Amino acid sequence: MGNPTRSPRALVRAILVVMACVGSVRTSAADSAIPVPPAPAPPAGLTYEDVPNDAGSGIRLTWRRSPDDSVGLGRVNGYVLERGTSPVGPWVLVDSLALGTTERVDQAMHRNTPYFYRVTAFGPGGSTPALANAGPAIARESWFNSTRASVLTFLASFFLLVLYFMSAAQSGRKPFVRRLAGIDAIEEAIGRATEMGRPVLYVPGIQDIDDIQTVAGLVILESVARLTAKYETPIRVPVAYPIPFTIAQEMVKSGYLNAGRPEAYDPDSVTFVSPEQFAYVAKITGIMLRDRPAAHIFMGAFFAESLLLAETGFTTGAIQVAGTANVHQLAFFVVACDYTLIGEELYAASAYLSGEPRLVGGLKGADVLKLLIIVTILVGCVLETMGIRGLTTWMQTQ
Amino acid sequence: MKRELPLLITAVIGLFMILSFFVPHHVVSVPADFLQQCAVIVVAFGYVLGGANALRVNLLSIAKRQSDWAYKLVLVVSLVATVVIGLIEGRRWQATDSVSMFLYNQLYSPMQATMFSLLAFFIASAAFRAFRIRTVEAGLLAVAALIVMLGRVPIGNEMTSWLPEGLRMGPVQEWIMNVPQNAAKRAILMGAALGVMATGLRIILGIERSYLGGGD
Repeated sequence: MGNPTRSPRALVRAILVVMACVGSVRTSAADSAIPVPPAPAPPAGLTYEDVPNDAGSGIRLTWRRSPDDSVGLGRVNGYVLERGTSPVGPWVLVDSLALGTTERVDQAMHRNTPYFYRVTAFGPGGSTPALANAGPAIARESWFNSTRASVLTFLASFFLLVLYFMSAAQSGRKPFVRRLAGIDAIEEAIGRATEMGRPVLYVPGIQDIDDIQTVAGLVILESVARLTAKYETPIRVPVAYPIPFTIAQEMVKSGYLNAGRPEAYDPDSVTFVSPEQFAYVAKITGIMLRDRPAAHIFMGAFFAESLLLAETGFTTGAIQVAGTANVHQLAFFVVACDYTLIGEELYAASAYLSGEPRLVGGLKGADVLKLLIIVTILVGCVLETMGIRGLTTWMQTQ
Repeated sequence: MKRELPLLITAVIGLFMILSFFVPHHVVSVPADFLQQCAVIVVAFGYVLGGANALRVNLLSIAKRQSDWAYKLVLVVSLVATVVIGLIEGRRWQATDSVSMFLYNQLYSPMQATMFSLLAFFIASAAFRAFRIRTVEAGLLAVAALIVMLGRVPIGNEMTSWLPEGLRMGPVQEWIMNVPQNAAKRAILMGAALGVMATGLRIILGIERSYLGGGD
């Protein structure tokens, strides 16, 4: 009898083989009835060009379509682009391209190495390579990405402005900084928590340290910790990622040290929770509802959890101060929190809180650059309206 | 030295990473990629520290029978069980019949979805407060929100079908979203971008150094 489980499979396989044979016979018969179109005429004019401003990772290839390249004719199905290290091959497939394609950037080669390319049109009647190959094409790496010259110009201007205003502030000309109600409210919130004998909850956002908002949130944490140390109020800092967690520990420690109360620092005030968004939310809302902190301070990058945190906090009656540069979350914070730092105010907060002349000078530099950007936008609008595209082209980056 | 060396490393690597944005040559791009990979390794070690902290803090709470210690027990048991199962299963953890995937699909995902679904209720309660018209600004906000909400559903256009094309809910809500809303959003983004640059510069130049902690 053999293996009972194999017999049906063998039967199915046999049926499939018979069907395939019958099918091939039918197809052959049908094929013999339909005339096979001739092989397509070759594409022509294959040219290459090193992609500029890259790390030697791209060759742009262009060609003219085969004269038979037309959907109605049905002679060309597409093109095959191949690469070789010599004019006679061996050829390696770069890509198989659709009908009508005349350009492809090859990015799967080594820099500073000569390559040869050929393009072939293929269709039902066979394939025809272009009459001439292209090469040697060498992808050369650039020392400077010239499309980013505008960024460099603005960056250099910004750095120079900031350095100038910092040195000016150091020499005694401290610039005026408008009052930031949100930051002023932090001390008020901590004072209220002290009166109520409840802790302060500080949330430095839900992103890792590679997000500059997290950095800004952690920098503000130092000033907040200094205030909680001064008022002898416990602080809770649940952190989502491990690197910000270690930095947050240092920040809180530094705040207590700068407030002259290093002995009051509690290493467990900063806790690692989880990088998982809603696990983090669960922990923080748990703290809000169980420990009832009197002040909630949210500073950093927030996403969908912003409203979950702020609304839960709102129901507890705590004073809430938030700051983020995520524009989509700002509306939620504005609605659910008492004070909100909007965009750049988050980054200005540490300078504002510390009052250090050099940091405040940096804010002035940013303001002057902002003015420069506004002028550039206005000039750009006028030039574009007049049909002059030079400035817009210069500012486009790759 | 404990402070100067980290400041020097920060400055050198920070400037180098800025340079890599402008210089695509491999002399710069290869070390820049390497540094970014190093960051991943540092983060991996960071998870060990983070995990140890989570265990220590919660185990202490359980040992001291602090309030809500039972929740912390659930956390510790879940944490240890997930890690142990993951270690036992090794690379098989992503297989459809693995215990890790079962935990992920049957426990973790539903819990995550539950938390996320709360957002709908919170949006409703927050919207209720946001649209109470107490000032002129709040009134403008409420009117704009009403137009945008109605303009995005067929009934909005239907209600205003008697008006000229440009004054119907649909085109008006599009204008609100594309012109005033976008202008405000871009202004915030530009300001934030400058703030990012300023913060980066302060850290690279060592002017902002509180992240180094309070030790000498």
